Amino acid sequence: MSAVAAYFTMGGYAGFVWPAYAITAAVLGGLSVHSWRRYRASCEALARLQPPDRAPR
Amino acid sequence: MLSTLANPARFMRISGAALSWLGGASLFVLAAGLVWSLLLAPPDYQQGESVRIMFIHVPAAWMALSVYLFVSVASAVALVWRHPLAEIAAQAAAPIGAAFTLVCLATGSLWGRPMWGTWWVWDARLTSVLVLFFLYLGYIALVNAFDDTSRGARAGSLLALVGVVNLPIIKFSVDWWNTLHQPASVVRLGGPAIDVSLLIPLLVMALGFGLLFGWLLLLRMRTALNERKARALRLYGGAAAGDADGQQPVTAARAAQR
Repeated sequence: MSAVAAYFTMGGYAGFVWPAYAITAAVLGGLSVHSWRRYRASCEALARLQPPDRAPR
Repeated sequence: MLSTLANPARFMRISGAALSWLGGASLFVLAAGLVWSLLLAPPDYQQGESVRIMFIHVPAAWMALSVYLFVSVASAVALVWRHPLAEIAAQAAAPIGAAFTLVCLATGSLWGRPMWGTWWVWDARLTSVLVLFFLYLGYIALVNAFDDTSRGARAGSLLALVGVVNLPIIKFSVDWWNTLHQPASVVRLGGPAIDVSLLIPLLVMALGFGLLFGWLLLLRMRTALNERKARALRLYGGAAAGDADGQQPVTAARAAQR
């Protein structure tokens, strides 16, 4: 077995280590993407309501 | 510093600059933490490679508790001083805390199966963290349960404050009761009972999670302020909302009446 393949077996704990990292990436990544999209949408909605030439400051 | 940031317009200016900095820093630190956790850190002499779950489980647990503390302090400020930014901060932070708690519970379960022989056990530590998760969900549900957003915010703030009692229960559960969960090994009297080779990646991941929280918090607070301002503009037109700048629609309405 190559060193790379051995690495991915995680000494027999592959079924626990990789799902743990995958769940973390999915939850935190999902929240980040969702928050970012909602932020962009809120900026665009505000820009439509408030054209740059009439915006305060 | 807090009073400087407490003005919504000034908050938008400063947080706009901090946003990209925090985003870049959290990406960088999390990438370094991942390489360290998954490649550089040695396997534990007893737990083998399964110890790598610790590098996400423990920082997620720290964040779960810290973010709840943040939500409750912001709620107290919102209740006592009625500052709109405190309310927005608490509401922006709660889903982030819930996400960290979910990560903590899921990775703990995946670590418990090979090490303890069970996915879940109703011991004091695991149960009190599950209660924390439901406190977050209850807070989020309560805030959104009212047509009148200010009533929802007040009810949520009260729930967040009552829930603080759970934090010391979680922290000391492993000392007060016989738990399957091990006692504290990093934040304890006498220093960390963990080897430096495992402690450093743990702290790097913790810093990464902290930076990610900062980025998400500012992002979600800015979103809430944008949405409030857009609502005020739609309801009361450009002039009133433009003057109120980030204030609640009620304020804009009062301004329009004058």
